[in-house]
Amino acid sequence: MSRARADEEEYWHSSKFRAFTFDDEDDELSQLKESKRAVNSLRDIVDDDDDDLERVSWSGEPVGSISWSIKETASGSTSSLDGRDSSLQKGSSSYAVLPKQGSSYSLSSLFKGEVCSLERFRSLQDKLVLLDEAVAGHDGNVITAVLIFLKRTLRREILFRELEVRQVALCHLIHFLRETGEQKFLLDLLRFLDRTEEVAVREHLNIQDVEKRREFLKSCIGLPFSAEDTSHIQDHYTLLERQIIIEANDRHLEMAGQSELFRKYPRKASILNMPLVTTLFYSCFYHYTEAEGTFSSPSNLKKTFKIPDKQYVLTALAARAKLRAWGDVDALFTTKNWLGYTKKKAPIGFHRVVEILQRNSAPVQVLQEYVRLVEDVETRLSLATKYKCHDVVIETYRDLKDRIQLIAYKSKVERGSAEDEKINSILNNMQIRWKN
Amino acid sequence: MAAHLSSGRVNLTALREAGRRELREFLDKCAGSKAIVWDEYLTGPFGLIAQYSLLKEHEVEKMFTLKPGRLPPADVKNIIFFVRPKLELMDIITDNVLREDRGRSPQRDFHILFVPRRSLLCEQWLKEQGVLGSFIHREQYSLDLIPFDGDLLSMESESAFKECYLESDQTSLYHAAKGLMTLQALYGTIPQIFGKGDCARHVANMMIRMKREFPGSQNSIFPVFDTLLLLDRNVDLLTPLATQLTYEGLIDEIYGIQNTYVKLPPEKFAPKKQGEGGKDLPTEPKKLQLNSAEELYAEIRDKNFNAVGSVLSKKAKIISAAFEERHHAKTVGEIKQFVSQLPHMQAARSSLANHTSIAELIKDITTSEDFFDNLTVEQEFMSGIDTDKVNNYIEDCIAQKHPLIKILRLVCLQSVCNSGLKQKVLDHYKREILQTYGYEHILTLNNLEKAGLLKPQTGGRNNYPTIRKTLRLWMDDVNEQNPNDISYVYSGYAPLSVRLAQLLARPGWRSIEEVLKMLPGPHFEERQQLPTGLQKKRQHGENRVTLVFFLGGVTYAEIAALRFLSQMEDGGTEYVIATTKLINGTTWIKSLMEKLEPAPF
Repeated sequence: MSRARADEEEYWHSSKFRAFTFDDEDDELSQLKESKRAVNSLRDIVDDDDDDLERVSWSGEPVGSISWSIKETASGSTSSLDGRDSSLQKGSSSYAVLPKQGSSYSLSSLFKGEVCSLERFRSLQDKLVLLDEAVAGHDGNVITAVLIFLKRTLRREILFRELEVRQVALCHLIHFLRETGEQKFLLDLLRFLDRTEEVAVREHLNIQDVEKRREFLKSCIGLPFSAEDTSHIQDHYTLLERQIIIEANDRHLEMAGQSELFRKYPRKASILNMPLVTTLFYSCFYHYTEAEGTFSSPSNLKKTFKIPDKQYVLTALAARAKLRAWGDVDALFTTKNWLGYTKKKAPIGFHRVVEILQRNSAPVQVLQEYVRLVEDVETRLSLATKYKCHDVVIETYRDLKDRIQLIAYKSKVERGSAEDEKINSILNNMQIRWKN
Repeated sequence: MAAHLSSGRVNLTALREAGRRELREFLDKCAGSKAIVWDEYLTGPFGLIAQYSLLKEHEVEKMFTLKPGRLPPADVKNIIFFVRPKLELMDIITDNVLREDRGRSPQRDFHILFVPRRSLLCEQWLKEQGVLGSFIHREQYSLDLIPFDGDLLSMESESAFKECYLESDQTSLYHAAKGLMTLQALYGTIPQIFGKGDCARHVANMMIRMKREFPGSQNSIFPVFDTLLLLDRNVDLLTPLATQLTYEGLIDEIYGIQNTYVKLPPEKFAPKKQGEGGKDLPTEPKKLQLNSAEELYAEIRDKNFNAVGSVLSKKAKIISAAFEERHHAKTVGEIKQFVSQLPHMQAARSSLANHTSIAELIKDITTSEDFFDNLTVEQEFMSGIDTDKVNNYIEDCIAQKHPLIKILRLVCLQSVCNSGLKQKVLDHYKREILQTYGYEHILTLNNLEKAGLLKPQTGGRNNYPTIRKTLRLWMDDVNEQNPNDISYVYSGYAPLSVRLAQLLARPGWRSIEEVLKMLPGPHFEERQQLPTGLQKKRQHGENRVTLVFFLGGVTYAEIAALRFLSQMEDGGTEYVIATTKLINGTTWIKSLMEKLEPAPF
């Protein structure tokens, strides 16, 4: 078990939850090793071609299976099934059924062969009975066939009106229109039903041009979404609006080649259509020092979108660490109280700060400053040991008065190094009352 | 080839045979040499019914995958398209047909085989493109329930749950009912039908109606199944969200099993010959078939992963010992005896090697800190701890931009285990998700809400604790090595769906009426009359056979739990499992997500 924190460990064992771990005595890993060893030792005895035995190709297709054979018989056709069949497409289509001939449904006789047999349903009432019957049969193919017939033979207002009270049929028609790409008819239908907001969000994603997309989103704000959704749509719009401004500015800056930052770290892609947190990261990376008044400044984004402190600090930290701006990192966690004393505080916990810094390969001097601030002793020790912050380890053992661990740690540092000296001097310090 | 299908209580080879017969009949309708153009999605499921050799016997000379453009040259009389009835596929077929060189001689005939049903819509589409007349045979191949194993059938209809709950489209249920009718035609009328949930009710209704409208379906076969239990996935939204902890379940969670095949990273599957080692390690994924035809796999697939290592090591010892025998073989007879056993031993060795490698791969993941943390949170939720406030770990995962599906699985799990989240908590999660992953995911969140997976708590009541306690969904003393309860499949959590099946068999649902009412949808019982001659007189001690049909998908861990019940000595019931689709939390959530245009980078 790699878990280091003692309290967690204790929690795990004392609580009723079972960890998904392995018994130490009968360690599974050693068992696996054992079976592996056995397997290997058997190799030389029976090392003839057991592929023949299994009749499986390396890629695992049994020789003679259908997908294997497609490859074999397609000679020259380049398609390889292997790379692709992992991307399962949508399963069988919804409108995919025709009752088998002579099958059970009363309606099914109508669908043997041609659609035109529906033409004998003339009156509105007959047509509606037909539709209700189809819906009762749950067969999407039949329902859609009837809907196509009604769509052709009924006036729109009447069709819409009748569908409004037949939700299942309505869903089928919407799905059908979506699949066949009859956008205009679909919009008319949803407008009639007062359900335009539903398509709105979906449709805007298909708009490639950002300006048009922005305009479209703006028009969406007025649609009758729930209060919660309205605020998301509003934010979505505001974000895109910002991104358009920032993108125009920064592209210009980058092209002009005057900004050192952009020269040194050219942008990998445009910021358009990126999520909010990604935008914040971008802004912390390229626009960190800007005043709150500018659209591209991190503080402005934080305020406009009410980004929680935690999220903000995490993002800013990642961005500044990437630039190795350790001063900024330091400032991020420094607070002054009214007496002017400074204090280190991290809303995300310093162990997270350490992780992020480490991921951005911060030097040990920087790292250990934050490791030192980790409150929980066990976590601090394990982080310090993991990242070789010797000073922190040594000081922590000293504070714990743990002589044995300190002596043991001597083997981890270089003989004669400053750390080694430090351990020695602590061990020789007569003032310390060791607990062991 | 399909021996594993007959290993169970119900011989499913008959179903496979029926499928093969239908396929042969169709192929013979198109006289002469043929080429098949495959909808790629179908090759997996078809592979479970027939091998290439069967097709070849019926003059199939070439096979291609369906794609736009001109069809490859093939000197055959017939070109047959094997496709699902989907409009986008019709467009490709149209393109193929229109590009066919009319001047070529001899001309090639076109046919379409729709799987699982002919579609009026598709045929109309083809008609509008002006190509419908080019097809001589347009038929359907009702591949509804595909036998996956001796006790497992799947329709492999990925979107069934989504269609039923988001699109009010119950066509997949219609297929399920059709499949059940086929099954009854082969294995006799099932005298008792139980069900829970709206979709279950629909399917039962359709079956009754189909029987009524098609009296010919009354057959004279002695019933193999005693009971059919229809379970709507909607009744148990919790189980698929939790991480499966059985061997097979974990393989599926981590690598994804498709049509009984899994693709694995090749590194651990070293080249066979020592001399070849190191030089060119394969880069192509290693593909393996996983089913009960493989003795070792059948033994370990349903075990908790923590119990797999010891089985593997025991097997290793047995095999080593068996090979040692060769030193003792002195006489010609003994040597002959040894040699005759070699093939079996070699197969066992290679099977052991494969599963040792797979177990190592899985262990790397299950021992990682993140797997541990994730599981801790899941188990807290399922046992009812802190389900009503924002969870730190989930927040951290969002901040670190872990895959969105992982986040959604956890948030949905929390919501289900709390009968919906407090509005404030729900809003908080939604905002964090949208801000981090993009506002366009609002569509996905709405879908999850519509499906009931993510919702605000209504009426301020949390029913989950009552359900958990009454159905004993959380078991404190679970034994992973030698389980005595189904909760071992999730190391503590007993899948609700399987608990319902277990309680139905004994002591009956009447004992849990209250809880059944708390779960969505009706519960019901129907009886199908059997002619007197076919009524079963049970031998003393003979087990009942129950078919459990999961409408909307089933996980491997649930299957394992049912197999565990089948094997219980005093269980009294054996289970066969059918489903619309084999799922896990990830594939399930994915099927409910709105397909979005890929981001520009």
